[in-house]
Amino acid sequence: MTSRAACDIEALADDAWLLRFGDRIDPELNAAVHAMAARLRALDPPWLRDVVPAFASLAVFFDAAEDPARVHAALLALVEDGDASALPLRPRDGVIEIPVLYGGEHGPDLESSAAELGLSPRELVARHSAGDYTVAMIGFAPGFPYLSGLEPALALPRLATPRARVAAGSVAIGGAQTGIYPRESPGGWRLLGRTPWTLFDPRREPPTRLQPGDRVRFRAIDAEEFARRASRQDAAS
Amino acid sequence: MTRQLHVLAPGLLTTVQDRGRSGWRHLGVAHAGALDVDAARIANRLVGNDGDAAVLEFTLRGPRLRFDAPSRIAIVGAPPVVRFEGKTVPSGRPVELPAGTLELGALRGGARAWLAIDGGIDVEPVLGSRSTDLRGGFGGLDGRALREGDVLPLGMGSARQVDTPQAPAWWIDPAHDTHLPIRYRPSAHAAASALARRSWTISASSNRQGLRLQGDALPAPGGDGVSEPVAPGTIQLPVDGCPIVLLADAQTVGGYAKLGHVIAADLPRLAQCVPGQPLHFAPVDAATAHRLACAARARIARIGVMIDARLPAI
Repeated sequence: MTSRAACDIEALADDAWLLRFGDRIDPELNAAVHAMAARLRALDPPWLRDVVPAFASLAVFFDAAEDPARVHAALLALVEDGDASALPLRPRDGVIEIPVLYGGEHGPDLESSAAELGLSPRELVARHSAGDYTVAMIGFAPGFPYLSGLEPALALPRLATPRARVAAGSVAIGGAQTGIYPRESPGGWRLLGRTPWTLFDPRREPPTRLQPGDRVRFRAIDAEEFARRASRQDAAS
Repeated sequence: MTRQLHVLAPGLLTTVQDRGRSGWRHLGVAHAGALDVDAARIANRLVGNDGDAAVLEFTLRGPRLRFDAPSRIAIVGAPPVVRFEGKTVPSGRPVELPAGTLELGALRGGARAWLAIDGGIDVEPVLGSRSTDLRGGFGGLDGRALREGDVLPLGMGSARQVDTPQAPAWWIDPAHDTHLPIRYRPSAHAAASALARRSWTISASSNRQGLRLQGDALPAPGGDGVSEPVAPGTIQLPVDGCPIVLLADAQTVGGYAKLGHVIAADLPRLAQCVPGQPLHFAPVDAATAHRLACAARARIARIGVMIDARLPAI
């Protein structure tokens, strides 16, 4: 993609600028965000501290001792240069396949969600695991991936009353997005299944298996494979 | 022999903190770190540590701690009543202690203080920092606030053998101008300038993630917007119209409208806000924010030079 991504630059903090490409959830805007993030990381100017992609905006944190006006000028030059094709759009190539055990105790909302969508549980699993997803951003909690690319017909409102406890690895739908809870926490998304993967481990660097901009697919697995993978992961950590 | 620090009573919320984590925000990892990194740096400097050694941050009421070997300590922030084996211990200066029990009481004139110990709190760094990430549950001591019975490892120290607490006659008082309004850079949001025209009160539900403000609610949008990055200092406007000022433990993205951000020079002052306290805001332009940030850095550097000039005299 070589389109010029127009964006506004506004102050997020005295040591951070926010590049806003739009104000809606849109795959093209999100691709522009990740392209700019990749360019900044590749350039790696000495003042750069953190690059935080979100759905349609990108935060650029810089060394607090740097003059914000100078960083602003450098970012403006980068935006106006606009040639995103010179550098890779995504941090990594390929599609990451995430194993998921759908339904049962691991996906307590699968049946009710399917019924609400007028599908059988089997159809919902087939359509959810057929999707091509992109890690639009990671946030809310450490390692929580917001995945865009959910088939619009599978969108589901959040639960009226969030659960006090959602198991780590729960794969869920919230509104028009799907995501995975990295650790046990409260949550209001519809739980379809669970992955045996540990999505966030602060003892590893990097602490997540997924990076913003990654492409992701789900693969349905059975209880036996879930147990095998979960125990292998315990042994590895 | 490695020195250890025994927690006899934890205080209200005592955590291990250093200057915080950077480089992992894109994976949802908060910055964390001391709410006033300048105060933590000065405390470290007073005991002869690197500025980024880990310290204890305590909230409203300090802990009771037993040192099993001689240690040099310094307390900076809202001054608590401090006693060592019944004797009063002063703040804002290096104090040589023999083994024994240090009791930090209620804080006066603010919400937080920092205790540096020679050698630093030697917990394992996680993602490049020893800071406690309370929401993420990692860093510091098991990712949580201290509890009774905890034992913290201390780094290689340089304290002298003394029989009673010994402190020099000089002290450092890096107190903030508490009467000035909190200065902020307003966003383009319609309610951004109205923030400065109303008076606010710090809510008791405030924590290291953010200060919740109570007052005349501002006009707010009906629902959340598309999530965008946020930062410590971001002033959010939730649907109830009562602003939240994010602090060091802030999440990395959020969907609330933004009224702007507190300038870097005034972020340390937010650490001292006590529930029930009034708070006022004043908008400033970018040049003023930059000038004040440079002045604040220069002031901390000057304090550091002053400390270094006096330290050999301990």
